Amino acid sequence: MTRADLRLWGTALRTIAIKEILRFARIWVQTVLPPVVTTALYFIIFGGLIGERIGEMEGFRYMDFIVPGLIMLAVITNSYSNVVSSFFGSKFQRHIEELLVSPIPNSVIILGFIFGGVARGLTVGVAVLIVSLFFSPLSVHNPIVMLLVVLLTSILFALAGLINGVFARTFDDIALIPTFVLTPLTYLGGVFYSISLLPDFWQGASMLNPIFYMVDAFRYGSLGTSDFPVIASFAIIAMFIIVLYGLALWLLNRGTGIRS
Amino acid sequence: MTPALEIRGLRKTYNNGFVALKGIDLEVSPGSFFALLGPNGAGKSTTIGIITSLVNKTAGEVRVFGHDLDRDPQGVKRSIGLVPQEFNFNQFEPVGEIVVNQAGYYGIPRREAWDRAGHYLNELGLWDKRENMARTLSGGMKRRLMIARALVHEPRLLILDEPTAGVDIELRRSMWDFLQKINDDGRSIILTTHYLEEAESLCRNIAIIDDGRIIENTTMKQLLAKLETETMVLDLVEPPLAVPEGGPIPLRRIDELTLEAEIHSNQNLNDLFQLLDNQGIRVQSMRNKANRLEELFVRMTQNEATRSPLTPGGDGATEQQEGQA
Repeated sequence: MTRADLRLWGTALRTIAIKEILRFARIWVQTVLPPVVTTALYFIIFGGLIGERIGEMEGFRYMDFIVPGLIMLAVITNSYSNVVSSFFGSKFQRHIEELLVSPIPNSVIILGFIFGGVARGLTVGVAVLIVSLFFSPLSVHNPIVMLLVVLLTSILFALAGLINGVFARTFDDIALIPTFVLTPLTYLGGVFYSISLLPDFWQGASMLNPIFYMVDAFRYGSLGTSDFPVIASFAIIAMFIIVLYGLALWLLNRGTGIRS
Repeated sequence: MTPALEIRGLRKTYNNGFVALKGIDLEVSPGSFFALLGPNGAGKSTTIGIITSLVNKTAGEVRVFGHDLDRDPQGVKRSIGLVPQEFNFNQFEPVGEIVVNQAGYYGIPRREAWDRAGHYLNELGLWDKRENMARTLSGGMKRRLMIARALVHEPRLLILDEPTAGVDIELRRSMWDFLQKINDDGRSIILTTHYLEEAESLCRNIAIIDDGRIIENTTMKQLLAKLETETMVLDLVEPPLAVPEGGPIPLRRIDELTLEAEIHSNQNLNDLFQLLDNQGIRVQSMRNKANRLEELFVRMTQNEATRSPLTPGGDGATEQQEGQA
């Protein structure tokens, strides 16, 4: 690896990242606004109207309890959908070929798409956080944990979105995973409740859900309460990132879905 | 001198078992303007796809300016600019951004990328459109955008896969002038086209590929010399009283004021005019019935199809397979 290689990779990475950020910023009405509106409705209906009757959850007002989970819900779905739709769109319109014919290593292509996914995840996450301030005061128990969890989670789901994009052949394929896998896992990942409320079997089943660890760790950073040790959550998230990154790189090196 | 492109034993079998390339050998000299011709589904796009890393090869070697595709793919990619057959840019991006981003993928910093993009967009008459979304461009403008994008990193080898398809005559000629100019500046060019007039007027070297094999690889001059007869169409001033038969140059009456003459390569036009003069036939104008290269191309690819009964030869099935490349 030479200095020239590093310069090329740096410029290429910056180019992909800027392109990805401009892509979702240009269509912010489709990408940033809807999750903000949806989350505001969650706050009003679940937090405000229903939450008043639920009372407290783990010693917190129900509204305060669901804020971290709803922020994570927005971060997860947006980092995922940004990358899956951008990558599949580039396959569909064939402009993925612009990247394939250029001397960019696949690892840099993956990083570029991750940048785009993280940028959208964080943008929407911050927007939802701002909306949440109308309903609940900002609770920060450990800002580093909060920031790190959001960052790692958006990296993880950007990678998952990329892998979905690699395999997708039709627009249906990019909607299937978010609808039938991502959304149920997120809802069952403790966004709206503490898993300590569940029977033993379902508590065990929840432990198999990776999203549970992210929501739980973020809730710890915000409220200082968690169902699972935060360090272990970080280890699990990191493990998923390593596995998904390795899988994404292997798929791109093989040319799966992009080269015949 | 290191060849611009060197291909040895290139084979490609797609996952569905279709054999697109059956062992291709090809060499393109640096600085040449090279035509790669063949009927639909012959393997042109697969060959280009492999050279540009868009298609995985099954076997064989590819070297571009000495860079081996297996050992130094980045070196190969840096040396090549590709203008593909189909539009493959983001239709929802501004024209200038498309070119500048492509430069970025080759490590060219943004400011320098804008300078280069400005140069090529100006040359190709697109600078005024730099802020327009690509989808708003006409077909001809989109083709020129892909040329600007392919040149922005100053590749030594430019590969154009049917660059003037669907482009009107005037624009096509201005694109020829542009391509000729960049070739004169020393850039090697490989061109595939269905307009054989285009290949004949631009290219000095030519390879014809059919059914996954190279059936001819020579200079344009040598190839055209193989054409044994040419058919000339003669428009007459007045209807002839009689058309001479059985002479050294066969003449055929098409209608009252039109004749066709078959001239062998060892005959010349003076013989023809002598013959017509003797009969008192006055000619208003004369033209080739078909482009010379076109005539040869059709004969060669037809011969090839006759030789191999399994040749799919543009039956649609092959084209569909090629489309998967």
